[in-house]
Amino acid sequence: MVDHIIEVRNLDKSFGDRKILNGINVDFERGKTIVIMGGSGCGKTTFLRILIGMLRPDAGSVLINNIDIVKADEDQLIELRKKFGMLFQGSALFNSMTVGDNVALALREHTDLDEEIIRIMVKIKLEMVGLSGFEHLKPAEISGGMKKRVGLARAIAMDPELVFYDEPGAGLDPVVMAVIDKLIFDLSKKLGMTSIVVTHEMESAFRIADKIIMLYEGKILEQGTVDEIKNSKNPVVQQFITGSAEGPIALRRSGEDYFKELTEES
Amino acid sequence: MEFAIRALEHIGKNARVFLSHLSSLYSLMVSNFYWTFIAPFKKGQKGLSREHVSYQCVFMGNKSISIVFLVSLFMGMIMAMQTAYLLKKFGVVMYVGSLVAVSMCRELGPLLTAIVIAGRAGAAITAELGTMKVAEEIDALEVMGINPVRYLVVPRILALVIMLPCLTMFADLVGIYGGYLIGHYSINIPTGLYIQKTIDALVLKDIWTGLLKSFVFALIIGFIGCYEGLIVKGGAEGVGKATTISVVASITLIIFADCVLTSLFYFVFV
Repeated sequence: MVDHIIEVRNLDKSFGDRKILNGINVDFERGKTIVIMGGSGCGKTTFLRILIGMLRPDAGSVLINNIDIVKADEDQLIELRKKFGMLFQGSALFNSMTVGDNVALALREHTDLDEEIIRIMVKIKLEMVGLSGFEHLKPAEISGGMKKRVGLARAIAMDPELVFYDEPGAGLDPVVMAVIDKLIFDLSKKLGMTSIVVTHEMESAFRIADKIIMLYEGKILEQGTVDEIKNSKNPVVQQFITGSAEGPIALRRSGEDYFKELTEES
Repeated sequence: MEFAIRALEHIGKNARVFLSHLSSLYSLMVSNFYWTFIAPFKKGQKGLSREHVSYQCVFMGNKSISIVFLVSLFMGMIMAMQTAYLLKKFGVVMYVGSLVAVSMCRELGPLLTAIVIAGRAGAAITAELGTMKVAEEIDALEVMGINPVRYLVVPRILALVIMLPCLTMFADLVGIYGGYLIGHYSINIPTGLYIQKTIDALVLKDIWTGLLKSFVFALIIGFIGCYEGLIVKGGAEGVGKATTISVVASITLIIFADCVLTSLFYFVFV
C-alpha cells in the first residue's frame, strides 16, 4: 500500500469560457519529489493554486492527509497550512521585515516558543540555506538568488511535511539554480519532506524529480520517472524535452485560421 | 431604442460590479469583527498582537499630530474671523468663543481630522497592502496559515478607531485655542470672558456626538483603505489607482456619513 499525501480527483477549473483544468486525477506519494511540468498557460500555476487552497475548483476534490481542502473551512485550512511550506516564484518575502523576522514569522504566529529559541531556530534554518549571518538585512538589500534561499528557509521554518515550489529556478543564473535544486533535493532526502515543484526547466526537473507529471491543455499527458519521461514516445513530450519550435505544440493557429482572422471584418 | 438598451445594459453591468464590491466589503467587515472580538478568545488561538496595534497607533496617531495641529489651529482662527464678521453686525462679538467651540467640537474637529487622516493613513494603508498584494506577500501569509485579516486588517482598524477620536479631541482643543488667538488679540475679547463664553456654550453632547462621528469616520477610512488595498490588481499602476480611489471614496463617504449623523442628532436624538 503506497502512502499518498495528496489525492486529486476529477479536478475541473475554468476561467470564463476557457477550460484550464479538465478532469485531473493524480496521486502524490509521501516523501517523494514530484515535478509538475508543462508549457506556459497549460494550467500548472492554476493547479498549484488549487492544491494550496488559494483557488476553488469548479468540480473535483483534493485530499491532503485525507482532508478535502475544497470543502475545508477556515480553521481546518489554517491547521493544514501549518504543515505546508511554499516557495513563491518571486520569493514574496515581507519587504518591511528583516530576513530573520521573515523566517521567524510563522514560528511567532503559530507557536508559543521563547524568543530565544526562535532566534536559534531561525539561525539553523538560515544555515541550512547557507545564509547565516544575514538575519538583520532587509530583503531589498540582498540579491534575487539570496531572496529565493531566504524564501526557502521561511518555507521550511515550521518543518513542514509538504513543500510547494513555484518555478524555483525562474530568473536565476544556472549556478544559483543548481544550488537551489540541490537544496530541494537535500531537504526531501534528509528530512523526508514531500516536495511538489512546478517548473518548465527540464534540466532542473531531471535533476530533482522522483516523478514527473506533464500537463498539456489542462490534462495530464504523461506521468512517470525521469527515465520514463525521457524515453516517452509521445511527440508532445519529446518536443518539450528537446525544446524545438516545430511539433504538435503550436503557439499560433494554423495558416488558414490566421488568414481568416486577418481578413475577417470585426 | 438600441441606445436605450445599451444604456440599460451599461447601468446593469455597473450596478452588478458595485453590488459585488459591496458584498465583498461586507464580508471583510464580518471577518474583521470575527478576528477582533471572537477569535482571540477562542481556545488555542493566538490573541491580538499588542505590538502590531501599538505600532499602527504610533504610525497613524503620533505621526499625524503635527498636521492635525496646524489644520485645526488655522480652522479655529478662520472660524473666529468669519463668525466675528457676522456677530459684529448684531453687536454680540463676545459670542465668537461660543460659536468657535461648538462648531469645532460638533463638526469641524471630527471632519477635518478625518479628512487629514484619510489622506495620510488611509492612503498609506491602501498603498502598503496593495504593494503586498502585488508582490504575492498576502498569498504568502495565507499559505503560512496566517489570516491576512487578522494579521494586517485588524491592527490597522483598531489603531484608527483608537487614534482618530484621540486626534479629534486634540483638534477640538487646538481649534478653540486658535479661535482664542483671534478673539483675544485681534478682536480684543478679554481672556476671562472668552473662556466663560466657551464653557457656557459647550455641553457634553457637543463633544460626544463629535467623538461618535470620528469613530464612524475611523471605520470608513480603515475599511475602505484595507479593502482597496486587498483587491489591487495589475502591478504598480493598480496600486496607484487603488490609492486614489481609496482617498476619494473615503472622503466622500465621510462627508456623506457626517450629513446622515448630523441629521440624526438634529432631528431624532435632540
